[in-house]
Amino acid sequence: MWARRSDLPLDHDAPGRFLPWLIAFMVYLAALALAGMLLLDAMAARWDTGMGDTLTVQIAPADSPEKDALRVRATLGILRSFPGVARAQPIDEGRLMDLLEPWLGPGGATKDLPLPRLIDVELKPGAQVDAAALAKRLAAAVPGTAVDDHGVWLERLIRLIRTVEALATAVLLLIGLATAGTVVFTTRTGLSIHREAIEVLHLIGAQDTYVARQFAGRALAMGLRGGVIGLVFAVPTLLGIGYLATRMQAGLLPDVSLGPQHWAALAGLPLVVAAIAMVTARLTVMRTLARML
Amino acid sequence: MTTEGSDCVVRFESVGLRYGLGPEVLQDISFALAPGSFHFLLGASGAGKSTLLKLMYLALKPTRGLISLFGHNMATTSRRQLPALRRRIGVVFQDFRLLHHLSAFDNVALPLRVARVRENEIRKHVVELLTWVGLKDHVNIRPTILSGGQQQRVAIARAVIARPKLLLADEPTGNVDDRMAMRLMHLFEELNKLGTTIVIATHNETLAGRLGHPRLRLDAGWLDAGTPDQQAAGKTAAGAFAAATSKSRAEQSSESAV
Ligand SMILES: Nc1ncnc2c1ncn2[C@@H]1O[C@H](COP(=O)(O)OP(=O)(O)O)[C@@H](O)[C@H]1O
Ligand SMILES: [Mg+2]
Repeated sequence: MWARRSDLPLDHDAPGRFLPWLIAFMVYLAALALAGMLLLDAMAARWDTGMGDTLTVQIAPADSPEKDALRVRATLGILRSFPGVARAQPIDEGRLMDLLEPWLGPGGATKDLPLPRLIDVELKPGAQVDAAALAKRLAAAVPGTAVDDHGVWLERLIRLIRTVEALATAVLLLIGLATAGTVVFTTRTGLSIHREAIEVLHLIGAQDTYVARQFAGRALAMGLRGGVIGLVFAVPTLLGIGYLATRMQAGLLPDVSLGPQHWAALAGLPLVVAAIAMVTARLTVMRTLARML
Repeated sequence: MTTEGSDCVVRFESVGLRYGLGPEVLQDISFALAPGSFHFLLGASGAGKSTLLKLMYLALKPTRGLISLFGHNMATTSRRQLPALRRRIGVVFQDFRLLHHLSAFDNVALPLRVARVRENEIRKHVVELLTWVGLKDHVNIRPTILSGGQQQRVAIARAVIARPKLLLADEPTGNVDDRMAMRLMHLFEELNKLGTTIVIATHNETLAGRLGHPRLRLDAGWLDAGTPDQQAAGKTAAGAFAAATSKSRAEQSSESAV
């Protein structure tokens, strides 16, 4: 109980009373930004290791199905002997129709429509396959082939994700700065409200650290209180977004959700914010008092 | 012969002070207080007694001259060294300056808490002292609902609780009856016997006269400290006589004015 005793009636200050709510709002925003960042990171990691190891080879349709079959077999032969290729498998026509259906409508893709033949190529994990060299070699043997290197597309996607992540990091930093700024403001106000009492403490022989500890302790308590409130509001929001995302994504996005380590990081937010508040209050008091007698 | 050198508790040399751009409230003040001495600081209201005490308890810096406390030259003492010096000084402020949101107990405990004394020791000493000044039943009461005299006693208890080396009291008996005034004076004398140097500012010449301690007299910003010999020996008869006559003269003039 004695530890909570304060020589200054800081709890009654009007400017300090809104601080927990402000911090709650900051932590709420920070939780969303952080969750988004962690999800994007998981997504990028998944694509980096998962889909980066595949290629698609496209073979332009020839004038007869027999010729098409020959061209596919020739292409498969080259692919299967190419270093770094783990598996090469033609996508059968039925599946191709299924893939095209969303664009062409049911029955839109008929046997009359000349369709390219596709070959799914899986690379050995970690193998650095030169897609350009492969494309050149295939084109020389079977004219009209094209290699679709998902790597290029993925690279762009991942770069986009990294940009969004950088933005989220900037948002987190700004939230931290805004919290610190608010604490500086309320601490300065508190110092001027309690100027008389602080002067008495000084004259009695209190060091600046003695006064600073009272402000820092209170900032810590308010930071924790506000942080927990913010988190309590953020959790249902995140769960709601997660639920909607799993219902919507339907295979469009890799299935990622917040894991235990992500929730732990989110639970750390109030602690980080409270620590920022405490350190800021202490530094503000020390700096302001150094200018007094 | 004179109380010179670093063994003095307080030492002023040609100290002057003005508030802002106003006139010099204190002019050319020079005196020294030997360890264990007991002085009354006399002077009419507005003579500058409180100002002189503020200089001594480091709430003000002089506009000129030299002040040294416990052998430290205040002009060259850094801000970081001040708390340690201030802990050796107990102050009874004229306006008490109690913290209104704290109980009498917590107010009196402040100097000990600031000095990081253990809580169970604090409890014992504070209750004992509050009992001594007759506030046994007001330990947990806030100053705002205490009478002026009770607040003054809390302020005195706070000033003496940490057994300061120097006690500065500004009109410490202004709000209590004569009996309590004498009781409080005896508290100061007890402290003085334990080695504390004491300065009590008062305009109450009778009270000062009743206790035979040397006087410092402020008049329009000038200090009459008597001769160093007088101070050291505590020869105060002449001073007491002067005080008594000036008092009766003041009474006469106020009576004739009515
Ligand atoms: N903070 C202040 N600002 C300006 N003038 C002051 C201030 N405090 C005291 N004074 C002036 O200094 C003079 C001495 O005041 P003070 O030291 O309080 O005298 P005393 O305690 O002997 O009554 C008075 O003329 C008073 O008006
Ligand atoms: Mg005064």
